Amino acid sequence: MANRVLTGTRFVHGDWACAEGAISAGCGYYAAYPITPATEIAERIAQRFPVLGGKFIQFEDEIGAIASVIGASFSGLKAMTATSGPGVSLMLENIGLAVMTEAPCVIVNVMRGGPSTGQPTMGAQGDVMQCRWGMHGDVETIALAPQSVQEMYDLTVEAFNLSEAYRTPVFLLSDANIGHLYERLTIPREEELTLVDRKRPTLPPSEYLPYRADESLVPPMASFGDGYRFYSTGLTHDEKGYPDMSVETQDKLVRRLCDKIRRNTDKITMVETLMTDDCEVLVVAYGIAARSAATAVKQARERGLKAGLLRLVSLWPFPDKLLEKMAEDAKAVIVAEMNYGQLVREVERAVKPKPVRFLPKLGENPHTPGEILEAIRRIDA
Amino acid sequence: MTEEMKHPLSDYLRMDRLPHIWCAGCGLGIILHSYVEAIQELSMDLDKIVTVSGIGCAGRASGYVNTDAFHTTHGRALPFATGISISRPDLKTVVISGDGDLFAIGGNHLIHAARRNVDMLVICSNNFNYGMTGAQYGPTTPLNTRTPTSPYGSIENPFNLVALVASSGATMVSRWTVYHVYHLKNAIKKGLQKKGFSFIEVISPCTTGFGRLNKQTPIEMMRQLRDNTKIMKVHPMEATIDPSTEIIIGDFVDVRKPTYGEILRELEAKAR
Amino acid sequence: MAKQRIKLIKQLCKGCGYCIEFCPNNVFEKSEEITERGVTPPRIKNPDKCTLCGLCTRLCPDFALIIEEDEGDG
Repeated sequence: MANRVLTGTRFVHGDWACAEGAISAGCGYYAAYPITPATEIAERIAQRFPVLGGKFIQFEDEIGAIASVIGASFSGLKAMTATSGPGVSLMLENIGLAVMTEAPCVIVNVMRGGPSTGQPTMGAQGDVMQCRWGMHGDVETIALAPQSVQEMYDLTVEAFNLSEAYRTPVFLLSDANIGHLYERLTIPREEELTLVDRKRPTLPPSEYLPYRADESLVPPMASFGDGYRFYSTGLTHDEKGYPDMSVETQDKLVRRLCDKIRRNTDKITMVETLMTDDCEVLVVAYGIAARSAATAVKQARERGLKAGLLRLVSLWPFPDKLLEKMAEDAKAVIVAEMNYGQLVREVERAVKPKPVRFLPKLGENPHTPGEILEAIRRIDA
Repeated sequence: MTEEMKHPLSDYLRMDRLPHIWCAGCGLGIILHSYVEAIQELSMDLDKIVTVSGIGCAGRASGYVNTDAFHTTHGRALPFATGISISRPDLKTVVISGDGDLFAIGGNHLIHAARRNVDMLVICSNNFNYGMTGAQYGPTTPLNTRTPTSPYGSIENPFNLVALVASSGATMVSRWTVYHVYHLKNAIKKGLQKKGFSFIEVISPCTTGFGRLNKQTPIEMMRQLRDNTKIMKVHPMEATIDPSTEIIIGDFVDVRKPTYGEILRELEAKAR
Repeated sequence: MAKQRIKLIKQLCKGCGYCIEFCPNNVFEKSEEITERGVTPPRIKNPDKCTLCGLCTRLCPDFALIIEEDEGDG
């Protein structure tokens, strides 16, 4: 039997790292439809899974892929799909089903330029709001944004852990630049990995209520075939899982689904800071754009400008309080993202009334450090 | 349903959810009865069956069966079931859904699940319309039928479901009606024991929607299923269907081909 | 062997009339009763004619007809 965890250091691309991250995390089911720039994840999985006993299937479309991922998740497997923006657009209804029925799963979006078919081979960060607000109804989602090949691996593992812990779909928001980037990747030894598995029911089947949660708000999850004979529906449901159209049940269910994530915002949030202790200009960035921002902040410091970087590693749930606190002593905040204004709205809301300068970027290349440095300089002037 | 009453099917149904939501005379209750009675007669382990459905009236069927069960999104019962069938080949995966769910919004998944020969039984209730939304025309509505969205008569050609599924690669294909309860139950029993993509179309009256539109009572609709049907052993392409004159019913296909899961397991054995 | 008989579970009946129409032995007839749910259930008028074939239990869309052990109470 081949090794599951390919411990060691290699020079690989981001999609490859993502696939290996999934395998290391214990992913047992992968379904997808080919799409640039995420296809290489499927190719790697298709190569590796038969040897490991994982189930890979290429679907007729992204809707089928995500629906089957939810089926596999309820069958007891850690399951994922990978796609790009157009694919996520097709998946949204069923991602809502995963939210509603509390199916742990991972959705990788290797973002490309949009809207519509846009720029298939070129990176962008235009789907940040899609994964937060794309589904109908009230939802909370978790999204992580890797900035390197190493993080494509690390955060894929983390995405699985969060999805299992909170019984919810988790997005890995990468982009074409990172998906296709070649860098050094170090995969740890298997025993160094921390892996989380969903909470299983401890009650006998006769007492098990599939949607009754304790104070964690996350109900224990039985799998098909375990003997619990549960029923699950995308309709508003009570603790038994039965459809219930009452106002009370809708209120209770939607609050619990959202609060299980909202209340854990501090626990879920992952950020990295660079010279923020005394900064007067706080730069906020994520993903590939944060790499330019880090260089820009260092260059600013060399020029005596008190700049700092807050890199958001997790984007959703949005860490409002953290932003507010970090911006407290700053004169202004700069947001650099590869779109025409998405996460900047959240930052503005969180740091109000602090002035926020937005640096949009459209079309493949991330901001240059020079562009961000120039913005820092202007604020300082 | 009171607790003290012991129903002969109470082990197989979620008795606390009865009476079900379906209208008086709706054939879905008969399909459900046939399904659980087939399970009972085969003495199958209820822990090892998963019942999946899509959206619409038929989509509610999964909620009354005392197996693991899942009510998916519209049209997506088959890919959801594919995920189960591949992940847990030890379980019997059954889809119960309607003609609109399986052949309109979910039509692409249907032909591909049949093509792959995914091991599952699909029971399709065909009532010739979209019942739950108010009897609009759908992929099976006969030409010239007046419905709320075809007030001048439907101008679309309907699918012949058994012909479509058979040509897509299904290894068991039958068509029965809810009047033919013994044939239907036997077909379901066969499908439950079959390895491979098995498909049973069940002609079923939509008494409130389609029936009222066509000025037919539930009993008249059932009589029609008795009088206008002909049991024949024909090629699925010849299993014609015209609800107002003649519907060919029967078991049309029963062949054995390697399933997706079996081929995958062979591939895994070789890869190792 | 215990005697069996056909039994109607009125709470489940929706009054479609299939049992009345399709019973091969004419066991059922329409009743005058209207239940709480506004349904007119059938009445078992010819219990002696019932051969316990079970067709009505299977044609009933509502699981409202069952064959049960006759305990001689009715």
